[in-house]
Amino acid sequence: MFLALRELRFARSRFALMGAVVALIAVLMVLLSGLSSGLVNDGVSGLRRMPVTAFGFAEGTRVDGAFSRSVVDARQVEAWRGQPGVEAAEPFGNMLVNAHSGAGAPIDLALFGVRPGSFLDPTPASGSRLGSADGLVVSSTLLDAGLRLGDTVTIDRLGVKLTVIGATADQRTFGHVDVAYLPLDTWRRIHSGADGEATAVAIKARNGATLDLAAGDAAARTTSLTLAGAYATSPGYTAETSTLTLIQVFLYAISALVVGAFFTVWTIHRRHELAVLRAIGASRAYLLRDGLAQALLILLAACAAGVLAGLGMGALVAGGDVPFTLEPPAVLTAAGLLIALGLLGAATAIVRIATVNPLAALGAQR
Amino acid sequence: MKLDTATRTGLRLAGVTLRLGDGDDTIKALDAVSLTVAPGELVAVVGPSGAGKSSLLALAGGLTVPDEGSVTVDGNDLAAMNPAARTAYRREHIGFVFQNGNLIPALTAIDQLRLIHHLNRRRTGAQDAAQWLAEVGMAGKAHRRPHQLSGGERQRIGIARTLIGGPSLLLADEPTAALDRARSHEVVELLARETKRAAVASVMVTHDTDVLQHCDRVVEMVDGKLSG
Repeated sequence: MFLALRELRFARSRFALMGAVVALIAVLMVLLSGLSSGLVNDGVSGLRRMPVTAFGFAEGTRVDGAFSRSVVDARQVEAWRGQPGVEAAEPFGNMLVNAHSGAGAPIDLALFGVRPGSFLDPTPASGSRLGSADGLVVSSTLLDAGLRLGDTVTIDRLGVKLTVIGATADQRTFGHVDVAYLPLDTWRRIHSGADGEATAVAIKARNGATLDLAAGDAAARTTSLTLAGAYATSPGYTAETSTLTLIQVFLYAISALVVGAFFTVWTIHRRHELAVLRAIGASRAYLLRDGLAQALLILLAACAAGVLAGLGMGALVAGGDVPFTLEPPAVLTAAGLLIALGLLGAATAIVRIATVNPLAALGAQR
Repeated sequence: MKLDTATRTGLRLAGVTLRLGDGDDTIKALDAVSLTVAPGELVAVVGPSGAGKSSLLALAGGLTVPDEGSVTVDGNDLAAMNPAARTAYRREHIGFVFQNGNLIPALTAIDQLRLIHHLNRRRTGAQDAAQWLAEVGMAGKAHRRPHQLSGGERQRIGIARTLIGGPSLLLADEPTAALDRARSHEVVELLARETKRAAVASVMVTHDTDVLQHCDRVVEMVDGKLSG
């Protein structure tokens, strides 16, 4: 890196300009990554935190909005319980409702009806577990919004009154609505469902066992989705994640193009100098290595600066109304991709070094 | 600044022909040229533009290979080497002094010299470079970059950059093209002195007949043929 470091120092304003562009892209990547993780959490954290392998919906249910369309009965749950590899199968209720707190504040709730004592029954971080018919265990985000243990929540129009008896340790939301767990029987009363009915069958596989979903579906007359597959049932989830992914892909492409364009111009600018270096004995491999090391240094420095700035800005945004969650693996993956694709863009430009003819140093051409 | 010159035999071009262009447009840039330059000898090649002087340097320096004939440096046939081996040989045994110095803009004077050690993976670095700068009278400008130096100073650095690698063959391409009369004499005197001191076989292509008095021999090239 003898030449690379000295050129960085010599042409620092030009490299700083290019580095600033990459750093700004890195800031955007961090913010988008946080927004993406935040939206995913807001959309499906309630599902993600369930100890479920798959959900069995009513046969033929469309994935989009499956939790609002599907109805299963006790026979279907029993059929799943009898499948090989299934440790447990439970009826699971899921519905979105409007409610009001005791103070009269409107609250949107995703009511998760579960059988108390079953594997779906959440362990609260504060308060007590589900037991009484009117007890609610709510997402920690509802406490952040001002709800307290012991508060009464009234379901709109039905007038059903429920009491907050516990809260989870973490965020649990579904379709950007806070989750509240309640006994399945109470859920059925609110849902006006027949006895034994639920939204879906929640299936848990034995440790190490692979579920034959097709066989289970045939036996139970259901259409099943893996837990990750069920994320797409969350309202708006697919549209949101695909939009953000598209923006991220565009940013990666822009970064690669910016770095590639800079190094194309830089290499053309250095063409005579490179011819001199070749004439005095620098090998192509040496010059290629030096050029790539230079690109890597700029990308590392710019990405580090951009990620740090992005984390700082993210910390200001997080905790507000915007769904924003900074997850180190997601940020590191984004930074890694930015560096890798930037390096790819630089490499396609720097490879021109191999075509430089040392004869150009003499002004003689063959 | 140690020089191992015992095994040197210099440059030998034997019946070298170089054709340029394709098909009907082919011309002979060099036509059966033969030239021998001994270690410690400075030979000037003069002639009009387009006579083939730069092509002669390109062949002698292994930047290209002849269509006929052979080019040997210390008995090593450059045309017999593959391109990578020729590059390595050039790095270790052949030095170029270019028009205007052709120094690397990002490097200070001392780094121009250290670059050669770096390319050759030698660890003698800064001290040797400083000694060579002193040898060419540039000790006080070690940390100047090319744009902060005069044309003559750039050429001095260029000569030191060439000699620090301990070459067997030194090839100078119009080294006085951008210099005034006084600086031209200084630079060619320096070349002649270092050619003797380092026992290098040196070839200088020039239009400048005023500096020929410093050379051991002058040959003229016209239409790709050598005379004199």
